[in-house]
Amino acid sequence: MKPKALILFASGTNRDHDVSDALELAGAETTIYPVKYLRESNVDWSAYQMLIIPGGFSYADALGAGRLFALDLTAYFTGQVQNFLAAGKPVIGICNGFQALVKSGILPEMRMAGERQKATLTFNQSNHFECRWVTLKPVSQKCLWTQGLTALIDCPVAHGEGNFQVSDPGYAETLFQQDQVALLYTYPDGALADGKYPMNPNGSIRDIAGICNQQGNVLGLMPHPENNIFPYQTPDRANRPDHFGLPLFINGVRYASQS
Amino acid sequence: MTGVKEIECSDLYFVRGELSEGDMKSLADRLLHDPVTHQVEADILEDMSADSREVMKVIPGIIEVALRPGVTDPAAEQIVRAAGMIGVKGISAACTGLRFFVKGENVNESLLRQLAERLFSNAVIQRYALGTIMPSFTEATEANGAVEHIHLRGLDPAGLLAVSADRRAALSLEEMQAIQAYCDREQRDLTDIEFEMLAQTWSEHCVHKTFKSKVIVEQDDENTHTFPMEYNHLFNQTIRAATRNINACWVLSSFKENAGIVEFDGKNEISFKVETHNHPSAIEPFGGANTGIGGVIRDVIGVSAKPIASTDILCFGPQDLHLEDLPEGVLHPRRIASGVVAGIEDYGNKMGIPTVNGSVWYDPGFVANPLVFCGSIGIAPKGSNPHGIQPGDHIILLGGRTGRDGLRGATFSSMTMDAQTGEVSGASVQIGAPIVEKGLVDVIVPARDRGLYHAITDCGAGGLSSAVGEMASECGGDIQLADVPLKYPGLVPWEIWLSEAQERMVVAVPDKNLAELKNLCDLYDVSLTDIGTFNQSGRIRVFFGSNLVLDLDNEFLHNGLPQRQYRAHVRAPEFEPGWQNEDSQVLDIDYSTTLLKLLAHPNIKSKEHIIRVYDHEVQGGTVVKPLSGVMHDGPSDGSVIKPAGCDGKQAFVLSNGLNPEYGKQAPYEMTQLVMDEAIRNAVACGADPTRIAVLDNFCWGDPTRPEVMGDLVQSAQACYDTALHYETPFISGKDSFNNEYLGSDGNRHSIPPTLVISALGWMPDWEQALTMDLKKPGDLLYLVGDFQPGFGGSHFNLIHPESPVEEGIPVCSPGNPAVYRAFYTAVSKRLAAACHDLSEGGLAVAAAEMCMGGRLGLQIDLGDDTDPLRCLFGETSGCLLVEVSPDSQSEFENVMQTNPFRQIGIVHSSPELVINHCKENLLTVGISDLLLAWKEGVIGGQTA
Repeated sequence: MKPKALILFASGTNRDHDVSDALELAGAETTIYPVKYLRESNVDWSAYQMLIIPGGFSYADALGAGRLFALDLTAYFTGQVQNFLAAGKPVIGICNGFQALVKSGILPEMRMAGERQKATLTFNQSNHFECRWVTLKPVSQKCLWTQGLTALIDCPVAHGEGNFQVSDPGYAETLFQQDQVALLYTYPDGALADGKYPMNPNGSIRDIAGICNQQGNVLGLMPHPENNIFPYQTPDRANRPDHFGLPLFINGVRYASQS
Repeated sequence: MTGVKEIECSDLYFVRGELSEGDMKSLADRLLHDPVTHQVEADILEDMSADSREVMKVIPGIIEVALRPGVTDPAAEQIVRAAGMIGVKGISAACTGLRFFVKGENVNESLLRQLAERLFSNAVIQRYALGTIMPSFTEATEANGAVEHIHLRGLDPAGLLAVSADRRAALSLEEMQAIQAYCDREQRDLTDIEFEMLAQTWSEHCVHKTFKSKVIVEQDDENTHTFPMEYNHLFNQTIRAATRNINACWVLSSFKENAGIVEFDGKNEISFKVETHNHPSAIEPFGGANTGIGGVIRDVIGVSAKPIASTDILCFGPQDLHLEDLPEGVLHPRRIASGVVAGIEDYGNKMGIPTVNGSVWYDPGFVANPLVFCGSIGIAPKGSNPHGIQPGDHIILLGGRTGRDGLRGATFSSMTMDAQTGEVSGASVQIGAPIVEKGLVDVIVPARDRGLYHAITDCGAGGLSSAVGEMASECGGDIQLADVPLKYPGLVPWEIWLSEAQERMVVAVPDKNLAELKNLCDLYDVSLTDIGTFNQSGRIRVFFGSNLVLDLDNEFLHNGLPQRQYRAHVRAPEFEPGWQNEDSQVLDIDYSTTLLKLLAHPNIKSKEHIIRVYDHEVQGGTVVKPLSGVMHDGPSDGSVIKPAGCDGKQAFVLSNGLNPEYGKQAPYEMTQLVMDEAIRNAVACGADPTRIAVLDNFCWGDPTRPEVMGDLVQSAQACYDTALHYETPFISGKDSFNNEYLGSDGNRHSIPPTLVISALGWMPDWEQALTMDLKKPGDLLYLVGDFQPGFGGSHFNLIHPESPVEEGIPVCSPGNPAVYRAFYTAVSKRLAAACHDLSEGGLAVAAAEMCMGGRLGLQIDLGDDTDPLRCLFGETSGCLLVEVSPDSQSEFENVMQTNPFRQIGIVHSSPELVINHCKENLLTVGISDLLLAWKEGVIGGQTA
């Protein structure tokens, strides 16, 4: 049976269909539900094997990117989200979804009320929105979305607040040591971007493009692998035919169908 | 302002209500700041309601900026909502602002005021204070039913014109007299709302009376073309006639609806509309462009389509204009440019629509009158847009609240601007709320699929008056204004009726579907208001509560406008198009330096800094991106889109053409060249030249001036002639007149006649899409097309303003359509590896761009052509550079054989552009030097 993916939609979410296409191509069955519908109806979250928080400008990014979407998660769906996390089911937040996961205290690790926030996504170093193709290297073997991936992933970024920063400089190293750094920005040949713009498009500390939680089931990333799943989406196809974003979704779907 | 050392910026959030200390802390920590990157502080402003001061407390070095009352503040509502979610219940209102702390030497009041007025705020939408500012909260709303009567009966012509001027109606004497006669027939005065509705319905913006006018043409003898002595209806006899005569079966709708519609893949239709938003962008660039793109997207929603791509073409004054050359009351072109780009970025990105195509053009003629052309493309199942209003259908208003936004925008856009325009017409500017408009898309698409409505129109210029007026024009309708949700109190009926508040649509909904539509709207947080019913009365009646405030006969309202009559004077161009000046041969010019200078010209240099702030990837359908090549920085000729959700391999191409420089010299030839360029750009991306539709957007001066009208007649006639010659139909268009500025010198400054042609091409298979970057060393480079380079209107002349080579502008070669068809045969056989069109800067620039895109070198031999300077930098119509693999050489040459083409070069791996002529080296420039010039020293994102 195909695993079922629940895609959350807040007012202003706009890459819901893009990620839905990627998941369906990877073998999942998807449903996109507005947050409001989920609040008012009795949708049973336990019937879903995957939880997706897509990109966009939820609530116009008022009060900071992803913040109000994060508030939805913590104010309305605490129980459902906790159950999802506790069951170890695959969860992914992309771009605005990553911002929501960080601001709701789910990534990089569960944060209790009143506990200090250790990481954030802030304004790009360039201080403006930027859309460009980047190359990602999947590194975490703990993260169920990236484990075993060997090929680099080419895909676009499209954000103004994707600069991953930590409050304590040592914490970035901790994330590496705990194998929570899932994806890194690199040169097209796979060499680390080493902070160099535009390979690292936003100034993220230690080229971090995506991180997972300690359990490895929740991935958050700024770039959009869901926008490189069909050959026609790939720029410069002749030279870089084999750097699709699809394997990442196949990983997630395969895991969901096995568990 | 050399004394300024540092400026610190902070966001301000004002909340009103009963808040405990704990509440304040919750708000600050959980909602309003990010502890990793921000610092936060809070203060209590006591009893603001009793205070009417603008500045609460003067603090040295501090400037605070807040929105004027009624200007859309998207964060404000969210603060109130979110505060409730975190358990802070005592908040009744919120709003936002900005604080700037200016540090340095000699930071005095006059410097702070200069900074505040020139950089930090725009008086049209914002207030500032030197110190802490008094916030203004949006109050609970209640309208005011006041109606004035306008007495026209018995007025003499001067009296009638005075009324028109008084109410900024922009109506002519004949039009005022027609209204006066209507009053006589109905034996009553008009109410203000009736008069305003007539002024708006009859505005240039809404009915295009210039294009519908009767035109008497007089023509200078020595003109190459002969024009009719008279047009009875300029538009019907030119642009619309072209579409009718071409009669392409794949054109599904043209000039009937909010957007033109063409067939796509047998199941779906593609709609396309391009609008201008020039005057608002001149006085409030962010808001003007923001609502420009928002408005055109609604046009596409208005044909029940899902918006899937955006385009924008921008014309600005020179970015390095000296402050002393800036006319009074005009914003600096740099500020206009950055505001406009930010406005497009904000709206397009937040809507989740990829902005994929555009152009930017700089000319001194656009200093006071920038041009902003916004385009939107949509997709819908074929024939799914309903057109069947039934008597009894509810008139349903969807979307945002109504305020004084954009009052009289339709008539404002029909007037000449002056130094006071910013102040007087402040209300004409609106700030958009893209997420509200996105909600409309979220609702309309499923409502269309479930057949919930009988008709749909967007609220654009003229607001409800225009939208409901248009829908009720063939039947009739009764409308209740007292129920329209308002942003703030005090609006009178005519303001509600005319308001151009953004993000609103009107749908006709049968009673049985109303509940289902309401449910859908609730789900997506879209506001729905029932404001009346359609009927068969043939009249439109508007009530405010129990008062009938408007009662107009549809026949008079929509057909009572007297046809205008204009005189057109067709002037002969100073230099005959195509005429070449032999003086060019004696010029002693360094070719390499010239090429680098051309690459650095504002019109030619890389637009990457603009393109990158637009999301061009969302929705996942962008095949050819705006930037191409191995480093994603080559300038694409157009974009190719394969829409999501379509099963086949079909794709469409978006491209455009404009050239105000040619427009200054010869509007007829300019029009041909611009259409040719738009079509050529589409063909260069792999489009089928027999399936290209085009849109026209005219931005012109004051049509009452015969020479301006003469330029328009030439252009309109050329649209007809060229469309027929290329068999390329027009499907939609728009015009903007009175792009003139009354300077403090008392003279009128008109923009150059500017025609934008937007092309929508089609290809059966996305795999035949082409990009412009060189692909492989050893490949051959061909020059395809009738190469007739000239210097008239060229960028070569623009970079040599002291010694331009005076010539006529190029002639559009009659053989171009045949060239494109032959080339398309090559494309469909996959014989071309890359293709780039020759445009501004000529052959050398096009070749340099291909080298840069592919990071590969080229060795070009111009052969024995007479004049190397002309070949390198002259501009021509109809030419493409095409890369062909040696394996495909014979087949390619075979396909092209009866058309002009020649092999001129070979791709090589050494990174330099080498151009030779008669065995002599004209130029050898390294790709890194080309890039340095073209990208202003920014290579691969890094400063070299």
